[in-house]
Amino acid sequence: MLPMNAPATPSTLVDPLVIAGTSYRSRLLVGTGKYRDFNETRDAIVASGAEIVTVAIRRTNIGQNANEPSLLDALPPSEFTYLPNSAGCYTADEAVRTLRLGRELLDGHKLCKLEVLGDSTSLFPNVRETLIAAEKLVADGFDVMVYTSDDPIAARELEQIGCVAIMPLASLIGSGMGILNPWNLRLILEQAKLPVLVDAGVGTASDASIAMELGCAGVLMNTAIAKAREPIRMARAMRLAVEAGREAFLAGRMPRKHYEASPSSPTSGLIGS
Amino acid sequence: MLTLSLNGVQTDVALESGTIADLVSMLGLVGKRIAIERNGEIVPRSRYATTPVERGDRLEIVGAVGGG
Repeated sequence: MLPMNAPATPSTLVDPLVIAGTSYRSRLLVGTGKYRDFNETRDAIVASGAEIVTVAIRRTNIGQNANEPSLLDALPPSEFTYLPNSAGCYTADEAVRTLRLGRELLDGHKLCKLEVLGDSTSLFPNVRETLIAAEKLVADGFDVMVYTSDDPIAARELEQIGCVAIMPLASLIGSGMGILNPWNLRLILEQAKLPVLVDAGVGTASDASIAMELGCAGVLMNTAIAKAREPIRMARAMRLAVEAGREAFLAGRMPRKHYEASPSSPTSGLIGS
Repeated sequence: MLTLSLNGVQTDVALESGTIADLVSMLGLVGKRIAIERNGEIVPRSRYATTPVERGDRLEIVGAVGGG
């Protein structure tokens, strides 16, 4: 078995995303679901520039197609940092079991994405179960990146438990509705000492830029790329949007001036004056 | 034959007695990136050869698939 992705050297990176002490060049994290095939998955993820890719943990098909291609062949763990998730789990116990299996599957890899859902229609997180699972996983040595609602109190409690990144939703998973409550995201960002990443809801490139302009450390998305008409082109758009949003955040936008225009060209030297 | 719960399905496997390693081999999963839980406990890969499979065991065998 190949070792998991070696961390990048922090000294070579400008403005890295640092999660649990490891530096990453890309602030875009991507899921690996909903693509037409593994070739498209790989091409889109390469185009996105993402280094961290989420995967789901599911029962193997016993006795079927022993030689069918696997996701791990398309995205070798030597080239990407895998982020096994507990997607589809509805209790803390299921989520913890799933992520322990993911850790074993990936040779003791500690980084995981905790997600405990509370409703099968909205896929809204069950924050109480999420908190319980986070406590267990942190005690068990996991580096927990946690999907949660955009509730600043839940975010603070997850930080106090010892998660390594807080990942509030921007809107419902797979909805593509964009950043519906920037005010709550700002409340979370202003108090958090951990990286805050928008996870879920991004629909198009401008949504990713808005998340980054708000000060998010990164964005995690899947459907916005996989279900675009041209996923590989959208993956590239998302890479550029995350970079643009980050640069704009660091640059600091000009103040908004309501009802006050200011010409960009000189007001003197006009002909005929 | 041993009757096991294999990924939630009652399954008869052609083993009289044996280990997780024997089962993995019989299922054609040698060398595949999988993880196994036996009766709610992870079986580390290093212990496949020394962990018995017994009648009525509840086994979960998982892999990584695309997801977000």
